[in-house]
Amino acid sequence: MSIAKDAKQAAQGAMQGMMAKAVALAPDSWVPGGKPDPLIQHRHGHVGQPVSRIDGPLKVTGNARFAAEFSFEGMVYGALSYATIARGRVTALDTAEAEAAPGVVAVMTHLNAPRLNPPPVFMSAAKAAGGDDLPVMQDDRVHWNGQPIAVVLAETQEQADHAASLVRATYAQEPPITSFAQAMAQGTAPGLFMGQPLHNASGDAEAALAAAEVRIDRTYRTPRHNHNAIELHAATVAWDGDTLRIHDASQLVAHTAWSIARMFGIEENQVVVTSPFVGGGFGGKCLWQHQIIAAAAAKLAGRPVRLVLSREGVYRLVGGRSLTEQRVALGANREGQLAALIHTGTTAKTRHNVLPEPFIMPTRSAYAAENLLLDVQTVELDMLANTFMRAPGESVGTFALESAMDELAEALGMDPIELRLRNEPEKDPLSGLPFSSRHLSESWRAGAERFGWHLRSPRPAAHRDGEWLVGMGCATGTYPYYRMPGGAARITLTDEGRAAVDIAAHEMGMGTATAQTQVAAERLGLPLDAVAFNYGDSTLPGVVLAGGSQQTASIGASVIAAHRALVRELLRIAGNDSPLAGLGPDEVAGRDGGLCKHDAPDRQESYASILRRAGQKSLTVEARPPDPLETMHWSMHSHAAMFCEVRVNAVTGEPRISRFLGSFDCGRILNPKTAASQFRGGIIMGMGLALMEETQFDERSGRVMNPSLSEYHVPVHMDVPEIDVIWNDIADPHTPMGARGIGEIGITGTAAAIANAVYNATGKRVRDLPITLDKLL
Amino acid sequence: MSPFRYARAADVSDAVRQAQAAGSRFLGGGTNLVDLMRETVERPTALVDVTGMPADIGESADGGLVIGAAARNTAVAEHPLIRTRYPMLSRAIVAGASAQIRNMATVGGNLLQRTRCAYFYDNGGSRCNKRQPGEGCDAIDGFNRYHAILGASPSCVAVHPSDMCVALAALDAAVNVESVHGARSLPFAELHRLPGDLPQIDTCLEPGELITALVLPPLPIARHSTYRKVRDRSSYAFALISVAAALDVQDGIITDVRLALGGVAHKPWRAHEAEALIRGKPPEPAVFLAAADAELSAAQPLPGNRFKIELARRTIAAVLSELAGEQA
Ligand SMILES: Cc1cc2nc3c(=O)[nH]c(=O)nc-3n(C[C@H](O)[C@H](O)[C@H](O)COP(=O)(O)OP(=O)(O)OC[C@H]3O[C@@H](n4cnc5c(N)ncnc54)[C@H](O)[C@@H]3O)c2cc1C
Ligand code: SF4
Repeated sequence: MSIAKDAKQAAQGAMQGMMAKAVALAPDSWVPGGKPDPLIQHRHGHVGQPVSRIDGPLKVTGNARFAAEFSFEGMVYGALSYATIARGRVTALDTAEAEAAPGVVAVMTHLNAPRLNPPPVFMSAAKAAGGDDLPVMQDDRVHWNGQPIAVVLAETQEQADHAASLVRATYAQEPPITSFAQAMAQGTAPGLFMGQPLHNASGDAEAALAAAEVRIDRTYRTPRHNHNAIELHAATVAWDGDTLRIHDASQLVAHTAWSIARMFGIEENQVVVTSPFVGGGFGGKCLWQHQIIAAAAAKLAGRPVRLVLSREGVYRLVGGRSLTEQRVALGANREGQLAALIHTGTTAKTRHNVLPEPFIMPTRSAYAAENLLLDVQTVELDMLANTFMRAPGESVGTFALESAMDELAEALGMDPIELRLRNEPEKDPLSGLPFSSRHLSESWRAGAERFGWHLRSPRPAAHRDGEWLVGMGCATGTYPYYRMPGGAARITLTDEGRAAVDIAAHEMGMGTATAQTQVAAERLGLPLDAVAFNYGDSTLPGVVLAGGSQQTASIGASVIAAHRALVRELLRIAGNDSPLAGLGPDEVAGRDGGLCKHDAPDRQESYASILRRAGQKSLTVEARPPDPLETMHWSMHSHAAMFCEVRVNAVTGEPRISRFLGSFDCGRILNPKTAASQFRGGIIMGMGLALMEETQFDERSGRVMNPSLSEYHVPVHMDVPEIDVIWNDIADPHTPMGARGIGEIGITGTAAAIANAVYNATGKRVRDLPITLDKLL
Repeated sequence: MSPFRYARAADVSDAVRQAQAAGSRFLGGGTNLVDLMRETVERPTALVDVTGMPADIGESADGGLVIGAAARNTAVAEHPLIRTRYPMLSRAIVAGASAQIRNMATVGGNLLQRTRCAYFYDNGGSRCNKRQPGEGCDAIDGFNRYHAILGASPSCVAVHPSDMCVALAALDAAVNVESVHGARSLPFAELHRLPGDLPQIDTCLEPGELITALVLPPLPIARHSTYRKVRDRSSYAFALISVAAALDVQDGIITDVRLALGGVAHKPWRAHEAEALIRGKPPEPAVFLAAADAELSAAQPLPGNRFKIELARRTIAAVLSELAGEQA
């Protein structure tokens, strides 16, 4: 990244730092979440019910339309050709054969692509969505092995695919940096995340470590990972004059519309991005080159375009998780109290993106250690920009931290749960902020009892069942509560007592639409089928990223704001003839299809009656929530106690997970059915992280060598035992609905729990993921 | 994928006649060939669909079995005679791929499936002597966890990926083939070849030769047989090491043994040397380990697959011990 940008980020960071101090000291009531959401008190309504997904019938009948299933009249199909060098220039592109192939309508390369501005890279502006800021097919530069160099448009997908294979490129190669060791040798640079340095220090951790009675000092490694959502990335696009219509698979429709408008030099409202269904996002369904290439090619050809990435295409174009090398050093007294906690290391990124895998995040608020040193360094490689992937930071950071805690417990001869309980902090160890809600100790106790933790032998390799060595392990999972600025929602109420909630949010299969319908119905006092939750459309209000597990909070706060505006308006138009006359917004609640006085439900009037008397067919309000200052006032985090039983074959080293339990402290659970699926899905992804996932990045060429689901291993059914999930359902008094996001926490702590179980089973400590059988032979 | 003509062969003679056209290939279930066509590694101009050829599984006069080359992998694995007389074959098949792929895959196609070496698949992006003779081999200094430890050459270190073929190597099967020049039968052991300096050639078949049937000899020892596959996940992964074995123990002495390895070489590896050391000995772990060591003494591991030697050794001993235990 350029120096100017670094300076800008640092300045933003300093501003945020000052503001954080002021917000920390403000009275609770000034801060969003200072007054608990009244919905927290509703214990018997829609919220908390295991409602089946409202999109379920559409999906099982095949009627849910995904991005690649929309079509336009006259549409052509796109296929990409990719660069095969990591760095250099394209000196010649022979497209003649491709152009002459049957069905080909156009071949777009940097030589004939419409002129575009570079993508605004994520976090460079409120609505910036780009995975990197590299120009898209604008010049002859090659920045990574796999970069698209041409797109072929043809009348059928097969014709396009064939013609794309006929494009011939000649390159002038330049020596790339594609090896991590080579890049490390050239020196590292401090990592910045969201404008803030990935660095924290309190006390003198190295000195405290040196003086500690018991010490652990280890290096852990995690490899690259790729996104593998079932749905391939796709965009179906059409220009209508200067207006661009994009059917996308997206977790950020408003950001995408704004960013693409910037690239094409048109107004934001000239780009309409819709995404009603997404077949898995996990951080990967953001703005990558395919949407941009599709839009540019559609403009060039004057035809609508559908561009669906092949599975290989996803590996070549869509970033994944970067590799990490992490040091964790722990110093404790004989009672297990931590005096020193050091978590430092290095990760790789590119010159063109802004995300160093922030693996120290989970450590910041984990343990009551007096002396802390946390630091992320980066090196820059010539590779596809890395990006967010389910719990960026926490997923791999907890592997290192929680493996080290297990090693320390072993060194102390102490039960690893006991060690963690002894280091539970009273307040945030770095910021000193109070926790909004932290009940991890309860989760440990509940989990340990249910899992049968007392059956674990503290001695490794003590339990054998035939050829199989059996062991148990545990680890803490954690994920922060986030709420990003920019939320907004619109509520429309009709005189038939129906409501629509409109917000540019996303349903990627998590159950958002279902849970938010429940929440809105509860808030409004309406039956579920009287509420429509509309989302996935950039023309709706709000800039809501479905990421950072923040959507629930962002939608929740936006709907609270809109609801408040709605109630105020309803009371105003209800006038003096209503039983509600004289009541203020804080005195009423939605119930039985109308409003009533909180403590006197008889003083009620239905929405239909209020609207009809006012002579209105409907009432529409829109509002934005206050900025998310709550995270500067409280330390807000979810936690989980993860338990694993593993079986390792003594002959072959094959590791297989036989039991798993996650015991969660995630605030109020809005829908236990969809929540359980989120927890389990995260844990399954954590099993892949622990045992098999690894992008084979050939460090000689910078080329990904396993771009397919047969060679890139994710868990199959037989790898996944039944996963038990429990939660305490304790509402966080400072979040909308008392809920905190649940989409990412399942993957955190899981890999460490598995690695710790493997150690308990075999006595072998594996510190580099994935834990493959050769490491256990 | 490049454009091609497609025709369904009415019978064997129709198939071999059609296959004379330059650039033509036989098409079984297509689970391997079509994938390679998508990657442009294979570019046939004509496909001769041979799934309509005989697919029967029947007893031969000598008490063995004849399996039509168009029989689906699933049909073979589930056949009662195969499950009782040649359990290793049934187990090898179900250890491979996925149910959907096994339902599509044919016997002929399984025999002739090509290596899964990542550099072989990466047309245009990597160098591979098998795909482009003389170009070089990117696997030797690259990702080679799944590659050969036995019988490789400086020009290619790929392995044959089939599970079924490992069992067939152990069972002394034979392959019936036919072309416009006539029919012949060749021992299964002579079907696949080691890479030498012609890694582009996988088998000893002549151009245009069609596999018509697989012949399993009567082999009483095969009733006491099994297959064990060691892999990176519980299912749907290729073998790191696999072992097909049959054992006959009489009065505490091993009278006969069949042993073949998968995941180690460019062809399914029949472990003749180990077999010779086991015959006539008592069924003891030390005997099995010594035999395994002898067989693997010529192993030349690559940086990414050193562990395979120890893994193969242990798996061989475990499988043979298990079979011995069943007869104790
Ligand atoms: C994701 C995936 C995972 C897999 N995992 C495994 C695994 O774990 N273990 C395993 O053993 N296999 C595995 N396979 C491979 C699978 O077994 C083969 O793809 C299958 O057996 C090929 O059979 P087919 O009929 O589809 O062959 P095709 O793809 O139709 O043909 C393969 C080759 O055989 C030739 N051919 C076909 N029939 C004849 C004939 N009668 N005579 C002469 N030549 C013929 C074709 O010309 C072609 O060259 C996997 C495949 C995939 C895609
Ligand atoms: S091992 Fe064989 S198949 Fe693989 S790259 Fe080398 S030559 Fe090609």
